[in-house]
Amino acid sequence: MLELQHVDKYYNPGTVNEMCLFKDFNLKINDGEFVSVVGSNGSGKTSMLNLVCGSIPVDAGKILVGGTDITKKKDFLRYQNIGRVYQDPAMGTCPNMTILENMSLADNKGKKFGLKLGTNKARIEYYKEQLARLDLGLEDKLDIKVGSLSGGQRQAMALLMATMTPIEFLILDEHTAALDPKTADLIMELTDQIVKEKHLTTIMVTHNLRYAVEYGNRLVMMHEGKAILDKAGEEKASMKVEEILGLFTEISIECGN
Amino acid sequence: MGVIIGVLEQGFIYGIVALGIYITYQILDFPDLTVDGSFPLGAAVSAILIVNGMNPYLALMISFLVGVLAGICTGIIHVKLKVRDLLSGIIMMTGLYSINLRIAGKANVTMFKQETVFENAAYGALIPEALRSYQTVIMAFVIAVIMKLLLDAYLKTKSGYLLRAAGDNATLVTTLAKDQGMVKIVGLAIANGLVALGGGVMAQQQRYFDVSMGTGTMVLGLASVIIGTKLLKNVSFVKPTTAVLFGAVAYKACVACAISLGLEARDMKLVMATLFLVILVVTVDRKKKVKGNA
Repeated sequence: MLELQHVDKYYNPGTVNEMCLFKDFNLKINDGEFVSVVGSNGSGKTSMLNLVCGSIPVDAGKILVGGTDITKKKDFLRYQNIGRVYQDPAMGTCPNMTILENMSLADNKGKKFGLKLGTNKARIEYYKEQLARLDLGLEDKLDIKVGSLSGGQRQAMALLMATMTPIEFLILDEHTAALDPKTADLIMELTDQIVKEKHLTTIMVTHNLRYAVEYGNRLVMMHEGKAILDKAGEEKASMKVEEILGLFTEISIECGN
Repeated sequence: MGVIIGVLEQGFIYGIVALGIYITYQILDFPDLTVDGSFPLGAAVSAILIVNGMNPYLALMISFLVGVLAGICTGIIHVKLKVRDLLSGIIMMTGLYSINLRIAGKANVTMFKQETVFENAAYGALIPEALRSYQTVIMAFVIAVIMKLLLDAYLKTKSGYLLRAAGDNATLVTTLAKDQGMVKIVGLAIANGLVALGGGVMAQQQRYFDVSMGTGTMVLGLASVIIGTKLLKNVSFVKPTTAVLFGAVAYKACVACAISLGLEARDMKLVMATLFLVILVVTVDRKKKVKGNA
């Protein structure tokens, strides 16, 4: 279970540009939930993910995982049980390393990075198997540098790498936004498969309302640092894209857009 | 012939330095000026130990370890004390100047009759008479190649993978639940270890230590790395580490050419700097052209 309790977050505190993003923000995500988070730009979606992962610190409040306070825990330590895929496909892979080297790196997460050989030959078959699932032909290109792959191929690899080792939480930060519609569908379908298979608690930020409605079992809409809509279970299952779009328009009019 | 042998000797010795700079500049993307201090540091340590009767090979190992320490200090200044990368190196380089004087005791130390890795009674049996005049270049080559192979092997380990990942995509290191800062410190340690080792080899080859011998180490190493990796970029079977060694020899050859065209030895650093500038300008231009066509 992941909890954000009474979280405050300010940007540029103490200056004329001070902006309060979160004031007493609370959110509780139960184990096994797949939460889609939607909302306009600047509503705090990505900031929320960054707070959870420790990329930015909270100004007040607590972040709890399974009841343990992790507010002070360093970012890299939090990733021991978090996998994350970013919007930019370049963020999840090393462009100057080969596919095989990238897979080996991801496979070693949580273990010691010592002086043993970087690639365990016995695991190559497993990597090939995993890559074959993507259906992109990557399993035959193990020695190609990842930098020469397309955005979609890299994002597919990033997703595979983020979920290769046992983790509890999967954080998806608009991970289909930079892809063409067909590739985005493919990555989204793959995401759903992996989440179900590995029983991951997932938070997915997306601008694609169709994905938000179709996938996952909970939907949160954020606006100006608040969760203005939070539907789970039956209620979520019966939601339609039009409904959310309607709500979206309403908010936008309020803002004077 | 003598000139060529001289170029090869110097090229291989500075090649060891260039391997270190390859780690910081090319792999970690960290402009590390510590090297201008850690090169003479290694030289001072080797010189003083040999003068005091230590085995020259052991002295080189200690040079390496002292360089590692210097690298760790730079890393800690940058990572833990959050000083900018360039400034961390400048702080260490400046501080090391005095430390080097302290270690050596004076500004120059000369080794007269002591055994070095280049002139050693043990070679009498090992190296045939005919090759005796090439002894220095052979030893410089052997040491450089051993270091290259060790570095190649390291870069294939899990720790080496992580080092490469840190320079390639630091975010990935964090998501792999590893501390980027620690990886940087390890990289700087190995890099400065190699540079100090190069300094130790240099001191043993020329049989003296001079406190100002580090000036321009960064320029020289960087030029070697850039020449090597750019020239041999499209030759796929050449590893970057081999290319770097080649670059060091090529750079030394260019400098030797310039000197033979009538410039004096005291113009050396100016020649080095100018050549480096030319290399930078030429390689940057190429990048732009590629971008323009894309």
